[in-house]
Amino acid sequence: MAAFVRRMTGRQQVLSPWLREALFGYMCLTPWLVGFLAFTAGPMLASFGLSLLRTNLLTVSEFVGLKWYNDLILVDRLATKALVNTAYYTFAMVPLATAFALGIALLLNQGIKLQGLWRMVYYLPSVVSGVAVSLLWWWLYQPDMGLINSLLGQIGIKGPRWIYSEAWAMPSLIIMALWGSGGAMLIFLAGLRGIPTALYEAAEMDGAGPFRSFWNITIPMLTPTILFNMVMNIIGSFQVFTQAFVLTEGGPNNATLTMVLYIYRKAFQQMYFGYASALAWVLFVVILVFSLIAIRTSGYWVYYAGE
Amino acid sequence: MEWAIDIQVLRYRVQRVLLRALLYVVVAIGGFIFAIPFVWMVRTSLMPMWQIYVFPPQWIPAEIVLDNYRFPGLPFPRWALNSTIIAMLNVSGAVVTSSIVAFAFARIRFPGREQLFLVVLATMMLPGQVTLIPTYVIFSRLGWLDTYLPLCIRSWIANPFHVFMLRQFFMTLHRELDDAARIDGCSLFGLYWRIALPLSLPALGVVCIFEFTFMWNNFYLPLIYLNSVKKFPIALGLRLMQGQYRTNMGGMMAAALLAVAPILIMFFFAQRYFVQGIVITGIKG
Repeated sequence: MAAFVRRMTGRQQVLSPWLREALFGYMCLTPWLVGFLAFTAGPMLASFGLSLLRTNLLTVSEFVGLKWYNDLILVDRLATKALVNTAYYTFAMVPLATAFALGIALLLNQGIKLQGLWRMVYYLPSVVSGVAVSLLWWWLYQPDMGLINSLLGQIGIKGPRWIYSEAWAMPSLIIMALWGSGGAMLIFLAGLRGIPTALYEAAEMDGAGPFRSFWNITIPMLTPTILFNMVMNIIGSFQVFTQAFVLTEGGPNNATLTMVLYIYRKAFQQMYFGYASALAWVLFVVILVFSLIAIRTSGYWVYYAGE
Repeated sequence: MEWAIDIQVLRYRVQRVLLRALLYVVVAIGGFIFAIPFVWMVRTSLMPMWQIYVFPPQWIPAEIVLDNYRFPGLPFPRWALNSTIIAMLNVSGAVVTSSIVAFAFARIRFPGREQLFLVVLATMMLPGQVTLIPTYVIFSRLGWLDTYLPLCIRSWIANPFHVFMLRQFFMTLHRELDDAARIDGCSLFGLYWRIALPLSLPALGVVCIFEFTFMWNNFYLPLIYLNSVKKFPIALGLRLMQGQYRTNMGGMMAAALLAVAPILIMFFFAQRYFVQGIVITGIKG
């Protein structure tokens, strides 16, 4: 202590520079620290505790242990359905969106004119999101009056009932999500620009055609970007809510019931806060598991240049 | 045999031109498909009622009608104002707190810095559901339900995305600036206030844009915390209209267009910032 404190008189520095800097650092972090403890760490523990109770937070509060987790897995078919639906959405959408975004990025990277314009056209849909866009697509997807079926009808295809058909409801949401994959496209575009052209030149000198250089240069150099994108996408799509809520309200026949929508129903419509907390934790664990799987297996297919 | 080689060169050139044309065609068709929903939205909002449902669908309104943009009985302007207020409150909070937190992580040395930053990163990947219910309880006990406070608090506690992005940016500033300032007697806070902040206006612009867009489009948080129709942001207002306007697609699309217009306008003027923001967060990998 004596090393830090010199003299507690006057306006002299009483603390060593090292300590002053450290204290300043912690002070700067206060907003985050307070927020983290109060709104992240605390609630996480609390929600786990809640998941062990049967409660509506007003009148009833009863300890039930792991009953909810048991019910969730074994008894509640809707919970299983919600989980399956959400997994279906995620694992169909993420690869498609990644491939789609990568494809567009590759096309746009060929040095075409007006690249800025095309970039904007493809990126714009992802900037506007939420209720307005869901309503727009609701209108587009109407089986009898919507644009999509009208256009299909004009080329002689009878369109499906989209959001009113159990089989096509989830694909409808997925297609809508693909329309908004412009953000990933930008990331891939930037990533493509980061690949040194020397690699391509060397390959060309060795006689590589366009497909070969794509497969052996472009893809490997992009794998870190693809990985990051995929993981963030997986985390995001497991939490899909607004589209399911606005477009289909979880129907038809719960075909588009997603986990977050189910949690919302259980918590805020039926007041089963304990059960909803258990559901939330299960969702968290599922997301964590898949993210870890993605990261752990990444060693096999991700190539970090310079290692 | 020069002519044989000439033919080969010609074939090669023709192939390239054809491929190029194909490229343009594909990009154009794709762009067209991407743009159709927007065009459709605009055309529906400007059409008289009778023409909207005509089959096969028509693209040009017979007469431009602005009636759809009137929403009798619904406080649409109020909703727009609410959305703006919520978004601006969040933007200011985000800029202030994420910048100071990011600055600390980037430029100030303190024990546990790297570990704490890892925790910040980890929370970036956390799904909101797991903290939702207890957070709701906290706000309920505080009596903050049906106010804007729960919606704004998340930006005043330093959003991990913004912290991450700003930290990356701050780390690119030269340390010599810091050293020179310190020698001239600048305080630690002064480093933040007089050096880091002024130099990082573009990055702060990105934070502003992202936060504004996110909160403007946000539906989930207001859905949970707001009850009075007067306090609804546009997102909730649209949802309210959904039942009433189910048969009035003109009005619905007009409302939707108004809801996305501010973001579109902002995008046109600040496209660079959007792109930069996405790239910075996505490329690090």
